[in-house]
Amino acid sequence: MIRFIGKRFLVAIPLILGITFITFLFIQIAPGDFFDKLKLNPQVSKETIELYREKFNLDKPIVVQYFFWLKNIIKFDWGYSFSYNAPVIKVISSRALNTLVLSISVIVISWILVIPLAVLAVAYRNRFMDRFLSFFSYLGISTPTFFLAFLLLYLASFSNLLPLGGMRSLRFDEFTFWRKVLDILRHLIIPTLVLSFGTVASLHRILRANLLEVLGSSYILAAKARGLSRARIIYIHALKNALNPMITIFGYQFSSLLSGAALTEIICGWPGLGQVTLEAVVSQDLYLVMGTVLIAAALLILGNLGADILLALFDPRIRYQTNR
Amino acid sequence: MRIFKELIKSKLAMGSLVFLSLFYLGAIFADFLSPYSYHEDDIDYLWCPPTKVHFFDFHKRVFFKPFVYKYKFYIDQYYRRIYYEDRSKVYPVKFFVHGFKYKLLGIVETDIHLFGVSGVKLFLLGADSKGRDLFSRILYGSRVSLSIGLIGAGISFFIGILVGAISGYFGGKIDNVIMRLVEMMMMVPAFYLMLALRASFPPNLSSTQVYLLIIVILSFIGWASIARVIRGMALSLRERDYIYAAKILGVSDFKIILRHIIPHTFSYALVAIVLSIPGYILGEAALSLLGLGIQEPQASWGNLLSSALGIVNIKIFPWILTPGIFIVVSSMCFYILGESLRDILDPKKKISI
Repeated sequence: MIRFIGKRFLVAIPLILGITFITFLFIQIAPGDFFDKLKLNPQVSKETIELYREKFNLDKPIVVQYFFWLKNIIKFDWGYSFSYNAPVIKVISSRALNTLVLSISVIVISWILVIPLAVLAVAYRNRFMDRFLSFFSYLGISTPTFFLAFLLLYLASFSNLLPLGGMRSLRFDEFTFWRKVLDILRHLIIPTLVLSFGTVASLHRILRANLLEVLGSSYILAAKARGLSRARIIYIHALKNALNPMITIFGYQFSSLLSGAALTEIICGWPGLGQVTLEAVVSQDLYLVMGTVLIAAALLILGNLGADILLALFDPRIRYQTNR
Repeated sequence: MRIFKELIKSKLAMGSLVFLSLFYLGAIFADFLSPYSYHEDDIDYLWCPPTKVHFFDFHKRVFFKPFVYKYKFYIDQYYRRIYYEDRSKVYPVKFFVHGFKYKLLGIVETDIHLFGVSGVKLFLLGADSKGRDLFSRILYGSRVSLSIGLIGAGISFFIGILVGAISGYFGGKIDNVIMRLVEMMMMVPAFYLMLALRASFPPNLSSTQVYLLIIVILSFIGWASIARVIRGMALSLRERDYIYAAKILGVSDFKIILRHIIPHTFSYALVAIVLSIPGYILGEAALSLLGLGIQEPQASWGNLLSSALGIVNIKIFPWILTPGIFIVVSSMCFYILGESLRDILDPKKKISI
């Protein structure tokens, strides 16, 4: 098992290098940089900008710049965000945490919802319930997250029950600990609902198809022949086997959430990685962009790794292959 | 032909086909169908709500004829315009009226429009912040949004199929290198890649340039996942006897790929193309929504929604959300069509149940 995990880590390293290098290239090829805006500021002298450039090795060729950045990353120095005037790690760490909180709540909610829904659809296959659910799943995959966010915010604007965006109330600092938790949870509801709708929809389709496939296999026929109840067959025998391939999707979900959450974060004002990346890209804040991309890639690889480990734990056939 | 016949049999697929045809016809004949040009603004109708079309007025004895009233406004204590109907005069809606000049299908110069009202403005779906007709703008916007879907999907499939077939057919080192590249492309979160790509071009491009750029960006992101699947198909196809036969007969690798591998992936590709189009429509909408895509005064479904970014606007002028409905309906039609196509083309499903 440890060898398996180690091998996956080794594979991840060139991937991360490739992704970061490409991003670096794209940002630096782009015409202009952050200093062009600083130059317009009369309070910043030309010498200061040159000093900055030299300090961050931005006067050297792109490849050299990239290696300087890499060298610093290994020393846990993520560089400096010019627009926030703060070390990148400081800007990013809280944002990454917020995105993680949002993603995890979406994953939890959608998995809690999708399993009973898929079972329901299969149990009432081709009847009204199934049709109704599959209509909703079509709607879910076709509704862009930003549009759903607009709609929910519109609905929420009529009642004062839910906050319209942001992550904390104005008087957050005065709250007691539990009130703080409750406050964040209340702000979490709309973005979670927005992202869960699409996620549940796509998961529902996959799980339903898996369940139907498993139900067609011969051991289910054997279970039927033994006279097991319908509920027992679906819940215990079929569901377990239908969920196995879903574990891979679990890891993949992480990546789609990271990039899918960005727009929702921007619209709902959730201070996550998406917002900060958009700002950073628009203002060409080099090290901040690199930091967010690195974090996103790392989270992604961790998600995939987690899925692989889970899969190996649950599916004995895969473990057998890796040990050989 | 067989595919088409079976498509017609399914009600859902037929319905979505009809809807999509309507949308594309609407895009093609946008100038004929829209009463106003997409950039025609009017200071008297800023944020004017959707015009109510009436059919009866008993005082003026108008029956069964579509007509509208003039919308006037007063300014309330929050300095907001409150619009109301001025019922003193009836303005009939006329069909095939003369309006602004345009070239039908790019050839015939004319100024006939499907409908219009003289004297007042008719906003079927309301007006935006500059008093422009949202209905006309949605029609013009559909040209951008719907064509980007088709062209983007087409280009990325062209690249994806070619790269995937080469990778799978040759195998070995070429396959290894290409697949690592593909994995890398798939690893980068699409949204961040989209932003980074957009940022590597100057922000002040002309609208045609932006249009082309968006297509390039979306195809650049989209080809990898297709290449991966096609590669898998090519891997199994190259073990077939007829490929061996072709090799022995001395057919060049290039010809084998082009004539014997790629055509076999077409039925998969057709399904996957249709299923991937909504992704391109959404991608364009997301970029334009954030102000990085199609710029004003040009319209696209994405940048029409950008005025909804302020929550206050949504609450007071909810009709600005209508472009979103068009996005949802068109994507849904593509999904339903794609899935129906898959059911028809998949031989496995026919045997079981």
